[in-house]
Amino acid sequence: MGEKLLMKGNEAIAEAALRAGCRHYFGYPITPQTEIAHYLAKKMPEVGGTFIQAESEVAAINMVYGAASAGARVLTSSSSPGISLKQEGLSYLAGAELPAVVVNIVRCGPGLGGILPAQCDYFQAVKGGGHGDYKMVVLAPSSVQELYELTVEAFNIADRYRIVSMIMGDGILGQMMEAVEFKDVENIEKVDKPWATTGTQMKREHNTVTSIYIQPEVLEKHNQKLQAKYRLIEEKETRVETYNCEDADIIVTAFGTVARIVKNVIKMAQKEGIKVGLIRPITLWPFPVKEFEKYADVPKAFLSVELNAGQMVEDVKMAVNGKRPVYFHGRMGGMIPTQKEILDKIKEILNG
Amino acid sequence: MLGFYFGRGRKMDTVFKKPHALVDVSMHYCPGCTHGIVHRLIAEVIDELGIEGKTIGISPVGCTYNNYEYFNCDMVQAAHGRAPAVATGVKRVNPDNVVFAYQGDGDLAAIGTAEIVHAATRGEKITVIFVNNAIYGMTSGQMAPTTLINQVTTTTPFGRNPELHGYPINVCELLSTLEGAVYIERVSMHDIKNIMNAKKAIKKAFQVQMANLGFSIVEVLSSCPTNWGMNPVEALKWIQEKMIPVYPLGNFKGKDLEV
Repeated sequence: MGEKLLMKGNEAIAEAALRAGCRHYFGYPITPQTEIAHYLAKKMPEVGGTFIQAESEVAAINMVYGAASAGARVLTSSSSPGISLKQEGLSYLAGAELPAVVVNIVRCGPGLGGILPAQCDYFQAVKGGGHGDYKMVVLAPSSVQELYELTVEAFNIADRYRIVSMIMGDGILGQMMEAVEFKDVENIEKVDKPWATTGTQMKREHNTVTSIYIQPEVLEKHNQKLQAKYRLIEEKETRVETYNCEDADIIVTAFGTVARIVKNVIKMAQKEGIKVGLIRPITLWPFPVKEFEKYADVPKAFLSVELNAGQMVEDVKMAVNGKRPVYFHGRMGGMIPTQKEILDKIKEILNG
Repeated sequence: MLGFYFGRGRKMDTVFKKPHALVDVSMHYCPGCTHGIVHRLIAEVIDELGIEGKTIGISPVGCTYNNYEYFNCDMVQAAHGRAPAVATGVKRVNPDNVVFAYQGDGDLAAIGTAEIVHAATRGEKITVIFVNNAIYGMTSGQMAPTTLINQVTTTTPFGRNPELHGYPINVCELLSTLEGAVYIERVSMHDIKNIMNAKKAIKKAFQVQMANLGFSIVEVLSSCPTNWGMNPVEALKWIQEKMIPVYPLGNFKGKDLEV
């Protein structure tokens, strides 16, 4: 049994980063994730780490790029408009194959939008918000405990594959307080970084961290290498939770906050004799395609519930591949669907 | 062999050789471009200070995007304008490293204005070598923030007109107002004497960093014969006659710093 603390989601992310051995944080304030910065501004000096409030999200992500080049475990966090500003840096990190962890506590858009919870950055996160063919590992926790566990895991994955891991939450997860049980000893993978720019010490050839390859043959090879890495990650790092899918009348799919609501809907439906299953993608990329294939023949239909206008539902449709109808229910602008609202939608589909 | 010609016991001194900190390859710069000289001066300084093994350079976007191929120290290639932010990240991870960013005028004074100002005001212990040739070289001669009034470029075909295009930015003067910037000097590549002065300034800028005193920057007035439409000799004369009156040479801050 480890230490158990009552914490805000944002604080759990920050504490997890410290426990994962991250000693460098660069960020710019934006609601609803700024508690991450507050926490680390206090704690980093205690552990001899770096906390910089950068002049912009653009600068912050490029400081991340520099620190990652030097071989450090490094974190930045922001919310939707700020993550948009970081897209240039994310593309460069991907091109230069630098490991880093980026947190997006999503708020509703477009534009300045609002500060309330949303999942409207799904496309941006999983389809590549910046330029070029690249992927990030996108982890979608649904509790404060998971924010902690997946943040530690995000650092391990980042180092293991030289890739950016994104933690994608929303204002509910970031702001709510729940009990978190910390492990006594963290599973921190030690990964050698012989490519890092730490100085040659006159003992080796000089290292270069770059994303530019002017020769087309070389750049195509570089891209093929990246794609091979992404296929490996799809095979090894897909994470998903399934619940009551084996004999479901309908399988609902939802991630993060919405999955918690759906679990309550499942209990309500049971009382009315309706069997509802849940597929909760924990990694949004890689998407748990196999899990959908496995259960594609079981229910009468699938329903994707999201805090957006219908984004993950496109990946669900591709995974189900026409075997069953796929429906969508979403709310936007910071509105949250009620349990009854989702149950009514389920009944409408099953009776329709 | 040489002993045979010069007599036994007589030792030859090497008076000129490629600095160790430069890779032994030919550079891609246009004839008459002074980037190569600036590279050499940096490399000589790295050699003289014996810091190649702990130096990390940051390459910019522009004509020198690939100068990581020319320096023998570890190098990080940065996005356009972001070199000071990248340098900040590198330096904060390993404060014992010597970190320099190499930037052009578009990189530093247009798209990267926020990054350079804030790296300077934070007093980041990095050194910036800022090459000002009053034009965008790599993208073929567009107006730079440092383009002179009336200077013709591909995007100011009738000359830079302050009514339409604003005025040139004097980077050293601008940064001099910031507490965190402790060493600021402007030098020029237009003749031997000034090149030797430039080397002194670059060396001091590195020493300021090594003494943990704060942010240091050397602005180097440089030529771009290709995009200025001049031959190399005319280009050097143009620096002297046209650029220096707008960008006066000399030390702006930290002249008396003990290093």
